[in-house]
Parts: sequence; C-alpha cells; structure tokens
Amino acid sequence: METLEQLRERLAARFPAAQTVLATDPGAAAEHSLLLDSTHARDIARFLRDDPALRLDYCSNATGVDWPEKEITDVVKTSVPDPAGGPAKIVETKSVRVQPGYLEAVYHLYSIALKHGPVVIRLRTANRTDAVTLPSLTPVWRSCDFQEREIFDLFGIVFAGHPDLRRILMWDEFKDHPMRKDYVEPPDYEWEPTAHDEILEKAKAFRASPAATPLDEPSVASAKEGIK
Amino acid sequence: MSTPAYTPFPAAGNISDTDREELRRNGILLTSLEELYNWGRSNSIWPLQFGLACCAIEMIAAATARFDIARFGAEIFRPSPRQADLMIVSGTVTKKMAPLVVRLWNQMPEPKYCIAMGACAISGGPFKQGYNVLKGIDRFLPVDIYIPGCPPRPEALLNGLIQLQTQIKAEHITGPRAARHLRADAPSEYPIPEYGAHDLTPTQNPTLWSAPVPPRYPPVAPPPASAPSA
Repeated sequence: METLEQLRERLAARFPAAQTVLATDPGAAAEHSLLLDSTHARDIARFLRDDPALRLDYCSNATGVDWPEKEITDVVKTSVPDPAGGPAKIVETKSVRVQPGYLEAVYHLYSIALKHGPVVIRLRTANRTDAVTLPSLTPVWRSCDFQEREIFDLFGIVFAGHPDLRRILMWDEFKDHPMRKDYVEPPDYEWEPTAHDEILEKAKAFRASPAATPLDEPSVASAKEGIK
Repeated sequence: MSTPAYTPFPAAGNISDTDREELRRNGILLTSLEELYNWGRSNSIWPLQFGLACCAIEMIAAATARFDIARFGAEIFRPSPRQADLMIVSGTVTKKMAPLVVRLWNQMPEPKYCIAMGACAISGGPFKQGYNVLKGIDRFLPVDIYIPGCPPRPEALLNGLIQLQTQIKAEHITGPRAARHLRADAPSEYPIPEYGAHDLTPTQNPTLWSAPVPPRYPPVAPPPASAPSA
C-alpha cells in the first residue's frame, strides 16, 4: 500500500479544495494519521472506500479524543552579541499562548478485500462548546453507526447526517459527556479501604464538607491505634 | 410477661428438640404449621431468570448438571417476575439498569427474597469509582444474602441459597418476629429511581441504605459548647 504521504498527495490532487494534513505521531508506535477537512470528509471517505488501489471497505473502530484548552510556553533562544567583544549571550524569550481546545473523532480503516490497513483518519471540531458538529461517516461505513452514537454520548460530538443519533450507553435525560476531561462526577463518594491517593484526596475533601457522614481515613485511625 | 426465647426452629408446643427427636425415633412425627409451611417454601424457591453480567454465567453453571441447583429445589428459573420468589442480582448494576431492576422487584409477589451475587451487586466492585455503575443494589432493594466473589463460584451461590433456606426456615408466621412479608408496616414495593441530568434521583433509598461507618473509625468529639463550665 502507498504511504500516507503519497495518499495525502493523491487526495490533494483529487480534492483541491480540501485541506488534508498528515498528523505524525512522534511516539514509538508511529501511528500517523490523516487529518481531514470536515466539509469534504464524507467525499474523501467515499473515495477511500471506492478507490481501486485502497478499497478501505471496513471501519473497524471509531473513537473520540478530547483535547482541552492548553497553555503552551514557547521558548525562543536568540543569541545577542556582546558589544564588549566577548562571547555572544543567549537570551531566552518566553511567550505563552493558549491553544484552544477541540474534539476529535478518529476512524481506523482496513481493507478486507486487499488485506491492508489500518489507515487512520481524524476529524476535528472547531471548539469544545458550541461548534461540535462533524459529518457522520455512517453513510459510508455502516459499522460506524453505534460507535458514532457512543462518541456522541460520551464526548458530545454531534454527527450531522447520522441516521439515528441518540445516546447509546447513558440514558436520554443525562446531560453530561463522561469521557470529557472536564467531566465532574456526581458527589456520591463512599468510604472504602483503599490505598489510591486520588480516592483518599476525595475522602479528605468529602470529610470537610458539611454533608459528610463520619468518614475514616485509615492513616489517622492507624496512627491513633498505634498501628504502623 | 416476658416474650418467650427465640428458637430458630420452632417446635410444636413446649417440647424440646431432643424430646421431639426421641418421639420421631418411636414413629411419632410432631411439627407445627409454621415449620411445615417454611419447610415447603424453603425447598421450592423459584428464582427470577435474569442475568446482568458475568456472575450470570456462574448462575447458569449452578443450574446445569454439574452443580445442579435442582438439589435444593431452586431449579425453576421463572421468566416472569410474577412467578418468582427470589431475585438473584447477578452482576454489575449500571445506573441505567437500576430502575428496571427495582421495577422487576416491585412486580414480584410476596414472599420474596433478594440475593446480591458478586462484588458488583454488593458494592459496585471493580467499577465502584465509575460514573455509570450503581454502588450496590442494596441502595434500592432489601438484600437478604450477600455472596462475595468476582464472580462467586457456583458452590458459593449454592451456599448462599442454603443460607437463604436457613433464613426462611427460621421465619415466624405470627408475633413480633413475623417474617417481613407478613408485617403490614414493611413495604413490598420500593420507590423506583428516576433518570436525572447527572445521576439517578434519588441516588439511594434512605430507608434502606446509609453510608457505612468504618469499623475502625475514631469517634468524633462533639463541637465544643459555647460556655464550658467547670
């Protein structure tokens, strides 16, 4: 199969209006992917499915990724020549920029007919709050149906053109999207013997709240009883 | 007038168990209506046929020939709650499923019993910290027997069933110690939680469940009074 870079060039020639970016994975897995332009995504998806050299006829996995707003500190090093004639000084200038958050839908495509894959494609929303609509790829790959519903349920991406977009795991009255990074769990903490710091922190916070029933902190109790 | 001592196996009249055994050896069988009634009930417990997760596989295994739950008279798994005596909550109860489980319980006729099978049904198990799993079915239903395990082996389920039989055999028909289903003040139906915007509403039935107090909890001193006097 051709490389993703070759595929990207072919897509750029075939869909000149669409912006297709090769998103490289610097990690060891090197799972590079193609970031598609959401306005042309369905046409490109159809091309990927029907192109005789690719025939990516099977979407094995569709999932979501939440990228919250992130502060990025850029460090620019400039060398300033010393007017006295000494060695040049290196001055670091730091600038902080805020990278806006967005949601992504990731699709893993395989070809059953030609036995190759996966080709990973991504779609990206404009932000995480109001512009969260992406084109549904269920009309292209039927197997995306439940998985796009799951992304809709857990991440809150709205798939335009999906034949039956309802929550699939949580109930219809549920308002949150539990897989988002900023999801707040309902305050139903209950004491349990545990060594997990995160849960012990929760226990401390809950104990301070006025609604708390008497809760134990094992370390305190152990210390009082002289148990190490 | 003092109440008579509680006997788990009430004999007829004032005859002690040893005397009764002596009579039985001589061919005289003495019993009471209560005992006969409980004996019959405890040996034909019909469970409701429903499974929620992997514990249900062990429940099915307990029903097959190798373990054979029929030895204890509980082999007739009923597909309708109207015909069932026992609800085996076998597996993870998600918050989406919880109202349906409570509804099934409400549809079962009295006398009825509930077994929480496995870590998930008891407390949420490995999914306790999850957003979508109920932290134990005892938040909404009166559980009679808890069977720990993840999942419990079929033998454990059979042991739980024998425990339940022991409990049923010790139930009284009348008096202050009458069984739950014979007391007018004990509810038969429990409120069904509703799907809320963030969680079930209510998150538990306060008449059945309150947050546990850990066993090693040091008592909290009451807030100091405004005017302590010597």
